[in-house]
Amino acid sequence: MKKAFAEASSHAYIEGTGSGPPRNTTFPIMALFKRPSLKGLGLKKNDMPEGLWHKCPECGQISHEVDLKQRKRVCQKCDHHFTMIASERIEMIADPGTFQEIDAGLDSVDGLGFKNYLEKVKSYQQKTGLKEAIVTGRAKIGGRPAVIGVMDFRFLGASMGSVVGEKVTRAIELATDEKATVVLFSASGGARMHEGILSLMQMAKTSGALARHHLARLPYISVLTHPTTGGVTASFSTLGDVILAEPRCMIGFAGPRVVKETTHQNLPPGFQTAEFMMEHGLVDRIVHREEMRETLSRLIRYMSRA
Amino acid sequence: MNTEPLDFEKPIFELERQLVDLRELSSSKNIDMDSEIRKIEEKITRTKEQTYRNLTAWQRVQIARHPQRPYTLDYVDRCFDDFLELHGDRHIGDDQSMPGGFADLEGRRCVVVGQQKGRNTKDNLLRNFGSAHPEGYRKALRLMRMGEKFGAAIVALIDTPGAYPGIGAEERNIAEAIAFNLREMMTMRVPIVAIVIGEGGSGGALGIGVADRVLMLENAYYSVISPEGCAAILWKDRKHAPEAANTLRITATDLKELDIIDEVIPEPLGGAHRDHVAASATLKTVLRRHLAELDAIGLDELLQLRYEKFRKFGKFKG
Repeated sequence: MKKAFAEASSHAYIEGTGSGPPRNTTFPIMALFKRPSLKGLGLKKNDMPEGLWHKCPECGQISHEVDLKQRKRVCQKCDHHFTMIASERIEMIADPGTFQEIDAGLDSVDGLGFKNYLEKVKSYQQKTGLKEAIVTGRAKIGGRPAVIGVMDFRFLGASMGSVVGEKVTRAIELATDEKATVVLFSASGGARMHEGILSLMQMAKTSGALARHHLARLPYISVLTHPTTGGVTASFSTLGDVILAEPRCMIGFAGPRVVKETTHQNLPPGFQTAEFMMEHGLVDRIVHREEMRETLSRLIRYMSRA
Repeated sequence: MNTEPLDFEKPIFELERQLVDLRELSSSKNIDMDSEIRKIEEKITRTKEQTYRNLTAWQRVQIARHPQRPYTLDYVDRCFDDFLELHGDRHIGDDQSMPGGFADLEGRRCVVVGQQKGRNTKDNLLRNFGSAHPEGYRKALRLMRMGEKFGAAIVALIDTPGAYPGIGAEERNIAEAIAFNLREMMTMRVPIVAIVIGEGGSGGALGIGVADRVLMLENAYYSVISPEGCAAILWKDRKHAPEAANTLRITATDLKELDIIDEVIPEPLGGAHRDHVAASATLKTVLRRHLAELDAIGLDELLQLRYEKFRKFGKFKG
């Protein structure tokens, strides 16, 4: 009990952990009742180079990179939504040619003197070609102005440190100034442990910016993708006027391992999946990637005054 | 107050025991041992000073978790008059790990909310070890909104290892309950003071921690992750919690240096658990001063300052 409790506050991103129960590879339908695995989301040394074959973690179907990209990284056999990099996702939702990145230069510093932190950040910058775990910018969706932010789980589990918090906050403030919609795609292991209390405070900072955007009666659509956990779930991700989720993505506050250790109970079927969270009233709607752009356009149209 | 010594306090307790023995011996045998007694007394003072003025982060975590430490309702009892507890979130139930209600601080009407721990098994079952469910955060919000409606200042006393990571908590969307509080507390048109009195466990602490002034008791800690959790990740072993506590910079002094909190509230020598009366008196004085300062600020400016206070958090370049 005590051990589990100490971990109760560990909503921070935990590297290399969090795999779910054994995968069911024979009956794709059973995948509905399994928690999706975090395995294979982060970068690994033995990652296959781009342009090769990908095996679906749910049904085992092998797809070619070109096919998969064309299908918005959705498995043709079982509809599993593979993890998506930020640039692909922006392409998927923004009206063509409208995306203009903002705050691209923001970079992490070692605020607390945490051993090897900056080396770690640098290595992820090299591996991903990204400066940080979120890309933000102006775009149009269905012809209407929006400020969007897309988290990229490959970058240190898309954990929220000062830069992620600052970019989200600036994006929201920009939208408030320009009377624009905010659309944020979340995927995160939670707060970034290496920045300690500074990362915790990003939760308050981003939520505060949303308070002003909200008071200005402007639309905010939050889209949860696999996996959305910890400090991000407990701040901007669950503050949307509308909360959408991708099918079967994991959504939670504490990690399943922590919940299990604390409660000594078996987790209910489908615990912390998008479907489970919709059933429990958190998620407005589960949206397949093929329908994401259209759904966002429809929502923004309904939520706009003009 | 009877307390079990923490490891690093054992030398002090041993000296105090010797002092008692010596005094008994002196009076029962009627021998003059004044100089010996004085020597031991001096040594006790010296050892206490050395120990308590140079506590490590991990030692402070142990004090913050001390079972005899004053809890939320102890401070409510000693600092406020006429506490009127109000229950329930109006939807699911009443979370006893987050009591709250009206209270009077020398004529200033307040709504007080805070996490409450228990001192024995029975109490801890009731209080869930100070780990609130979503109902607790929603009750706190309801009471704070009511405070705003009637112009009562809000005082949040933070003492939690974290929000409860259970199945029911997840089912009832604990993350959303916390997030919603973060957003709503930013817009409340009354002064808010949050005080970390013991454990400031991550999002569960912050969930009632958006305030105009954030204060911390000298031996409290406030962290994104428990030292044990951090050690389990960094060193793959929870035994390294002391190093983790140091690395994470979670003590009141650290957080004052990092400009995250506004003031460190001193505790009696040896920690608040050694003297509830003195600890409460200091907290009350400091709280009154801050509320008086905040009451002098216009509400529009107050909300602007609150926004800016949290807006500036974070370190980056570019």
